[in-house]
Amino acid sequence: MTSPLQQKLKITGPSIVTANRTSDGVVIYRTPSKDWSTELSEAAVVRTADDAKALWAEAIADDLGAVGSYIAPVQIGSDGAIGPGNFRETIRLRGTTFALPASA
Amino acid sequence: MYVHDEFDRTLLQERVNEFRDQVKRRLSGELTEDEFKSLRLMNGVYLQLHAYMLRVAIPYGTLSSEQMRMLAHVARKYDRGYGHFTTRQNIQFNWIKLSDLPDAMADLASVGVHGIQTSGNCIRNVTTDQWAGAAPGEIDDPRIWAEVLRQYSTMHPEFSFLPRKFKIAVTASDHDRAAIKIHDIGLRLHRNGAGEMGFEVLVGGGLGRTPFIAKTIKPFVTRRDVLTYIEAILRVYNQYGRRDNIYKARIKILVHELGIERFAREVEDEWQQIKDGQLALDEAVIDEIRSRFTYPAYEKLTDNPPELKQGLEEPAFKAWYRNSVRPHRVPGYGIVTLSLKPIGGPPGDATAEQMDAIADLADRYAFGEIRVGHEQNLCFPTVTKRDLPELWRALDGLGVATPNVNLVSDIIACPGLDYCSLANARAIPVAQEITRRFANHETANLIGKLHINISGCINACGHHHVGHIGILGVEKNDEEFYQVTIGGRADEGAVVGTLIGPAVPYDKVADVIEDIVETYLDLRLRPDELFIDTVKRLGVEPFKERAYATG
Repeated sequence: MTSPLQQKLKITGPSIVTANRTSDGVVIYRTPSKDWSTELSEAAVVRTADDAKALWAEAIADDLGAVGSYIAPVQIGSDGAIGPGNFRETIRLRGTTFALPASA
Repeated sequence: MYVHDEFDRTLLQERVNEFRDQVKRRLSGELTEDEFKSLRLMNGVYLQLHAYMLRVAIPYGTLSSEQMRMLAHVARKYDRGYGHFTTRQNIQFNWIKLSDLPDAMADLASVGVHGIQTSGNCIRNVTTDQWAGAAPGEIDDPRIWAEVLRQYSTMHPEFSFLPRKFKIAVTASDHDRAAIKIHDIGLRLHRNGAGEMGFEVLVGGGLGRTPFIAKTIKPFVTRRDVLTYIEAILRVYNQYGRRDNIYKARIKILVHELGIERFAREVEDEWQQIKDGQLALDEAVIDEIRSRFTYPAYEKLTDNPPELKQGLEEPAFKAWYRNSVRPHRVPGYGIVTLSLKPIGGPPGDATAEQMDAIADLADRYAFGEIRVGHEQNLCFPTVTKRDLPELWRALDGLGVATPNVNLVSDIIACPGLDYCSLANARAIPVAQEITRRFANHETANLIGKLHINISGCINACGHHHVGHIGILGVEKNDEEFYQVTIGGRADEGAVVGTLIGPAVPYDKVADVIEDIVETYLDLRLRPDELFIDTVKRLGVEPFKERAYATG
């Protein structure tokens, strides 16, 4: 099977790499310091396909730290703040769109 | 209840030990995710949007109070204090940590519960009627046969890597509460012309992107032959089912492409070679399994005790009694449905506190037994009628006595985009909004029986194809839209619903449902003409016209 990294990649705007943390599944974002953060604001933002591939390759290489990594779009606010680029990522960032049945 | 034996206990303990070692190796880096993924899936561990999810099987929907308390314990200790009951008699925990999973599984195994075969291309949790053993008119307890199948299919080496997942459901009543016609194999216990009990075998049902209603492959298979016949079906599927295309890998596609007659011939050829082999069921084996099921010690009771008569003077109890209690096969007892569909709540969710309290009530009023139905509600299969008023007060205090069973607000919904990594659109908030629109129970009763099913993607975990009203979430340019079908049903008259028109945006779905319901109320011939019958009589046009009239 062809590696995702060998496939043609098209990105249309600012993007980040996100995954779930292996030990507990928490949503994480790849940072510029080649690490992971649970804060989207600390994510490394890329704008070209080559940069996105390079960032993703790092993420895939960290199989112990993260699972299911992929490239996701983000929006950059006028103040430079990073926001999720689609509804799915908004839910991953903010949680369910309704109150949970119990709080623990 | 089924009492597990030492073999079951040992098997579960061994599996927990194996999984503990696998998790340890994964967290140390000895196993890659590629190597680990199939191992975790074999134990029901998925990776969803926010976290890992553990799916736990509830075989044939039967739970003891002890098992329910353990589910509450797992929800509280390892998750966020609640669980989600699914359309296949499973429960899912949505926020569980991989590092905690071995301990959670060990706790579950201590009461005979597990996630084995709740994922992967194997024979999944065998489901049946949640009223099994209690329903009037039932010709046998279908759980006996579900248990036969559970024992047969658990870790079956030949069928652990089928072309795709495989689901079996069993019913023994004329009215099908197990939705057998939307399963890969459906089994209907009945008697032939000679009065002998056996099975009608149906094959090739399923929903997803290509919905099919199962077809009868053999009208009557004896109890002796049922396992060999199922094995023959599985062998034909395992040999000819497509493995090149995941979307065409289910048995329904094979049955469709070969045609039921040719498929049946292939099965017959295979069956003739194995029908007298080791799997031919001896009555002693069936009796041994039957003997491990325990039943309440029924008393001789009046069917209309004074406590019930007095209780019925209270309107709220009367409304609940009429809606949520059904006749039991033994006089003086009733079957009680616990609604997990509070107005404005997520369908099918129960908190740890509710689960604990339900377990206590089951011990006090229901012989310690709880059932889970595919409609995502719970059930006490056996309660004395004299206890019903007292039980109702307790259930009402817990929020599980909403008198909406089988009504418009008793919505079946998958987790949708709020949890699921496959979903395109949300399902739970759509359900919540619709229930708010129909919060008035008098209105809901006026409407009568009406099943709404919602799926957040074409995989159809909310069974939208067979909802009287089905709602399917799709995504267009990162916005949620919903296709609406009407006229589907999941029972013995199972049929796939018809699309009424273009998808509507998220904030219009509840309006469209209100329009459809109002159209039905306007057009039904009489108050007891059910929604599904009005649709059958008139087709989709009148509903479509009203739903799209205002754009």
